[in-house]
Amino acid sequence: MGKNNYLKLLVMAAIIAVVPLIVSGDYHLSILVFMGINCMVVVGLSLLMGYAGQISLGHAAFFGIGAYSTGILTTQFGLSIYAAFLCGILFSSLVAVIIGIPALRLQGHYLAIATLGIGEIIYIIFNEMVGLTGGPSGLSNIPAFHVGGYPFSHSIQYYYLVWGALLVILWFSLNLIHSRVGRALKAMHGSEVAAGAMGINLSAYKIQIFVLSAIYASIAGSIYAHFVSFIAPNNFAFMNSIMFLMMGVVGGLHNIWGAVMGASLMTFLPEYLRVFKEFDILIYGAILLAILLFMPEGFLEGIPMLYRKYFKRGEA
Amino acid sequence: MDLQGQIIQYLATGLTLGSIYAMVGLGFTIIYNATGIINLAQGEFVMFGGLIMVFFTTTLGLPLFLSFFITLALTTGIGMLYERLFIHHPSKTAPLMTLLIITVAVSIFFRGIAMFIWGKEPYSLPHFSSPEPIIIGGAAILPQVFWILGLSLLAVILMNIFFNRTITGKAMSACAVNRVAASLVGIDVSKMVLLSFALSATLGALAGASITPIALMEYDRGPMLALKGFCAAVLGGLGFGTGAVVAGFLLGLIESFTTGFISSAFKEATALIILILVLFIKPSGIFGSAEVGKIKKI
Repeated sequence: MGKNNYLKLLVMAAIIAVVPLIVSGDYHLSILVFMGINCMVVVGLSLLMGYAGQISLGHAAFFGIGAYSTGILTTQFGLSIYAAFLCGILFSSLVAVIIGIPALRLQGHYLAIATLGIGEIIYIIFNEMVGLTGGPSGLSNIPAFHVGGYPFSHSIQYYYLVWGALLVILWFSLNLIHSRVGRALKAMHGSEVAAGAMGINLSAYKIQIFVLSAIYASIAGSIYAHFVSFIAPNNFAFMNSIMFLMMGVVGGLHNIWGAVMGASLMTFLPEYLRVFKEFDILIYGAILLAILLFMPEGFLEGIPMLYRKYFKRGEA
Repeated sequence: MDLQGQIIQYLATGLTLGSIYAMVGLGFTIIYNATGIINLAQGEFVMFGGLIMVFFTTTLGLPLFLSFFITLALTTGIGMLYERLFIHHPSKTAPLMTLLIITVAVSIFFRGIAMFIWGKEPYSLPHFSSPEPIIIGGAAILPQVFWILGLSLLAVILMNIFFNRTITGKAMSACAVNRVAASLVGIDVSKMVLLSFALSATLGALAGASITPIALMEYDRGPMLALKGFCAAVLGGLGFGTGAVVAGFLLGLIESFTTGFISSAFKEATALIILILVLFIKPSGIFGSAEVGKIKKI
C-alpha cells in the first residue's frame, strides 16, 4: 500500500493518541466518537463511489441494520455483544448481496435506485415491526460495549474503540486499493469495456466492494447503538444516507483520506452551528454550497487547488 | 360506507396523491433530460409553492387566483435563480455526482430559508372553491380534489403540447437526446437548461399550491415528495415524461388502496417493492422501450 500511506496511518494514529490530551469533556469526546463512526461509513462509500463508480442512496439502512441487530439481539435475545456484531455484519452482507447481484449486473445507476428503494423499505420495517424494534419510539437500554466483562462507561473508551477500529478499516481498505482488486477497479474506472476485455469480472468486483461498504456501515452502526444506548428509525432515514454521501463528496471521492476529512468536517460543523439556533440549517446549507461550488473535487484536493489559484498566481 | 363507496373514495385519494407524484416526477424528468442531473431539491419547489401561496392569501389577504399566479411566477423565479447560481457554473466542470450533491445542499439551504421565514409549524390554505364534500356513489369527495386533478391534467397536456408542437419544446427534447448535436445545430443549450429548471419549478409550485388546502404544508415536506416523485420518474423509465406521469398516478393509487384494504403501515413499502421489482425485471421502467429507457450514467 505504499510507504506514503503507512506514514499517513502512523500520523493519524499519533493524532488519535494526542487528541484526548487536548480535548476533554464528555460532549466534545462524544462528537469525536460520532466523527469516527461517520468516517467508517464514508470510507466504505468512498470505496464504492471512487473505485467502483457506483453510488448508494441507502447506506443509512446498512448502518441501521448494524445498530438494530446488536440492539435487538442483546436486549431481547440475550446474545453476547460479539455474536450480535457478527449477526449485524451477516445481515447487512446478505441484504447487500441480494440487491447488489441484480443491480450491479446492469450498467448505469441502478444500484443508486435499488439502494434507495431497499433503504426506505428497511426504514419502514424499523418503524413498523414494533414488537422487535420498538417502532417509531425507538429501542432503548442497549447495553454498553464491554471487553471481557469490563464495560465501557466513558466516552473516552468509545473514542479509542471507534478510532482504533477506523485505523484497522483504513489499513485494510488501503491494502485493498493497492491489491489485485484495487488495480482491477482502477482499470474499470478508466474504461469498463477495456477492463472487461482484459478478462476482469467487473460485476463480481463491484459486488464485493458494495458488500464491503455495507459491512463497514454495519460495524459503525453496531458501535453507534452501544454508544448511545438508544436508537430510533429517524437516525436511519433517507436523509441520513444522503448525508453520508455528502460527507464523501465534500471530502473528495478520489481518495480515501478525503472520506475521513469530509466525514470529520461534516460531523463537526452542525454541532458548532447550534449556537445560531434556528439559523443553523440555513448556514449549514450555505457552507455546504460554498464548499461544493468552490471545491467541486472535494475538500482534500480543493484546498491546495484554491491555494495555488489565489496565492501563487504569479508563479504559474 | 359500502364497498363501492369505499372503492370510489380510495380512487379519489389515490388520484389526488398520484397527481402530486406525477407533477414531481415530471419535474424530475424535465431537468434530467436537459442536464442528466437528478434534482433532489424538486420537493422544495412543492414546499415553496404551498408556503408562498399561504403568504399571499392568508398573510397578505390577496384574492386566491391572483396569489396563485404570483406563487407560480415566484417559484419559477426561484427555480431559475437556483439554476443560475448553483448549477450553471459548476455544471461545466464538476462531475455529475457533485452536481447531485449540490442539489441536496440546495434543498437543505431552501429548507433553511423556509424555516427561517415560516417556522416549523404546518400551514393551511382556504379551499379553491367550497370546502363541502360532494357525495358521489356513496363516497364523499372534496371539490379541491377536482381542482388538483384538473390543474395537473392541464399541466400535463400543456407540457405535452410544449414538447411536441413548439420549436422551443422540440429544441429541449433535442438537448435530451444529444446535447452536443443540439448545440451544433444552433440550440442554446444553456438557455434550455435554465428553462428546464423554470418549468420544473412551475410544476412543483402548481402541485404545492393545490394540495396545501387539503394536505397542509410545512418547511420539511420536500424530501418525502422528492422520494415519491423520483420513484415515479424511475418507474416511468427515467427521461420519459408521459411514463413519469402515468407511474405517478399508479403509485398514488397503489398507496391509497394498500392503505384502505391492507394497512397504512405498508403503503409506502408496497410502492417501493414494486419499484425494485420493476427495476430487476424490466430495468427500462414500465413504459420505457429499450431505447427510451437507456439510462445515462451518474
